[in-house]
Amino acid sequence: MKCRELAEFLNDYVSGELPIESRTHFEFHLSKCKNCHEYMVQYEVTVRAGKIACEDPDETIEVPEELIKAVLAARQKP
Amino acid sequence: MASATPVDDEATLVAQLRAGDEAAFEQVVRTYGGRLLAVARRIVGSEEDARDAVQDAFLNAFRSLDRFEGNAKLSTWLHRIVVNASLMKLRTRKRKPEQSIETLLPAFLDDGHHQERFKSWEEPVDKLMERAENRDLVRRQIDALPEGYRTVLVLRDIEGLDTEETADVLGLSVNATKIRLHRARQALRTLLAPHFRSAAS
Repeated sequence: MKCRELAEFLNDYVSGELPIESRTHFEFHLSKCKNCHEYMVQYEVTVRAGKIACEDPDETIEVPEELIKAVLAARQKP
Repeated sequence: MASATPVDDEATLVAQLRAGDEAAFEQVVRTYGGRLLAVARRIVGSEEDARDAVQDAFLNAFRSLDRFEGNAKLSTWLHRIVVNASLMKLRTRKRKPEQSIETLLPAFLDDGHHQERFKSWEEPVDKLMERAENRDLVRRQIDALPEGYRTVLVLRDIEGLDTEETADVLGLSVNATKIRLHRARQALRTLLAPHFRSAAS
């Protein structure tokens, strides 16, 4: 297995969907190739970082005043 | 102007909403509107559609207050409603031509090795994400992803839809959805790497 193939099937590997035989090849490559191992670590960190960043309760966003007015006006329509 | 203040007594607020208290409606929109707008923007991309989705969400929520269960959190309930309103926007939207993401994907040598040597990142992810500036940076890089990829990443990795639901909303095949998610994650990694790389390595 080449680095190129490993990168291609990384999503199947991290989600546990890779068939057992490919998984063995995959893990053999990972055990020898530091660069692919680092790439996989960063791929997983990226997914987790995205989740944390978007669930950030401290994310401050202004509500546009016209949106507030529009919502309140629309509510009063019959 | 009243600013968004945390709600410490949701039960009272919900009771006021149910009683039709006008000030309570305004308080809810001011308190939760910004957060909902951020969620909608990330899903639908355009400001106009995002505002529409937020408006639809609030109106739906206000009409179905009797379905709100007291033990749920108001913010969680509203979040679910704005995600659904945003998905509705996506379903009814014309498909846009797919943008290229090639330059953000890893490049390979002829022998199949990576062209790049990946330098390790400076800190573990939870440590990195403790800093508000990094959380903000990650959100900005997600926004910078090509539209069709950002949407898949947000629906799958952030909002937790499964592949089938995501494919259905976007009118894509399951396989195309999987490929897009993978490419979106790879592209986001490329965008984050220069910021998170350890200076020492």
